Amino acid sequence: MDWQWFHRLGSPRWFYEKTSRWMPWIVSCALLLLIVGAVWGLGFAPMDSKQGNSYRIIYIHVPAAFLALAGYYVMAIAGAVGLIWQMKLSYLVMRAAAPIGAVLTFLALLTGALWGKPTWGTWWVWDARITSMLILLFLYLGIIALQGAYQRQQTANKACAILALVGTINIPIIYKSVDWWFSLHQPATLKLVGQSSIDPSMAYPLLIMIAGFYGLYSWLVMHWTRSSILEAESKTRWVQEIVAKKGT
Amino acid sequence: MFFQFDTLMDFLYMGGHGIYVWPSYAVTLAALLLLAFSPTIQQRRFIIQQKRQQRIEQGVKQKRPEPEHMNKT
Repeated sequence: MDWQWFHRLGSPRWFYEKTSRWMPWIVSCALLLLIVGAVWGLGFAPMDSKQGNSYRIIYIHVPAAFLALAGYYVMAIAGAVGLIWQMKLSYLVMRAAAPIGAVLTFLALLTGALWGKPTWGTWWVWDARITSMLILLFLYLGIIALQGAYQRQQTANKACAILALVGTINIPIIYKSVDWWFSLHQPATLKLVGQSSIDPSMAYPLLIMIAGFYGLYSWLVMHWTRSSILEAESKTRWVQEIVAKKGT
Repeated sequence: MFFQFDTLMDFLYMGGHGIYVWPSYAVTLAALLLLAFSPTIQQRRFIIQQKRQQRIEQGVKQKRPEPEHMNKT
């Protein structure tokens, strides 16, 4: 079997050059989806009969929470690939995923609080879903802090990858928390199998927003990774050529 | 499918829920913009710093006196 593609995948230069071509397309598709989804969700989706208009927060709350969880897997898998194959690039992806995931988790918690106030009458409850999500935020912040805690880059990368892998135990707990424990948080709205508990007129903008968030997330990971590639490879010829070409 | 609100004020007020809905969207927008632009700023800073480095190295090369005696031998 030809493994060349796999090794090429680990090359920061290859990644930088490929993503230069992909990124404008990804970000324009993502922005289009986000604008359509947000306008549809805010203005055109029908009002919820029980929750009123406060439910319109779902169009950012659910996608942000989705990507906060998926982003944790991205970070942990990138860390594992780095540990196993010693790929330079995968550690850079892992480091890029941490701040993005932390911000998305924060957004999920904040929009959840803003939604909770009119719906449950409280900003915050210590129930399973919300508490496990808070732990996710601390895991992300822990990984960001750990990156700066070591003198040697290589040691920091390994420590972060191990913490990220150990923390994956939290992800299925978050997913299942609404089923396992009695919770104020409503159960999953969208289901891959079986009937979703949301009307199609409300679900379409939600699906569009989720797709848009996925696109934006991949764009952000590329953007953050590329910036750290330039710094990590600053001594190489190809980076120096990029620097020479760019006007300031 | 039609627009759910009669007036712009209705749209902003959202039956009393506007004060929860709009800040959610505003903070999300601000946070995503921050995520999008912080690598751009960092990259620009890196390029400025590297350009300065390149200039310094070129300056050193030009100023260095030619070792003429070595050419003559």
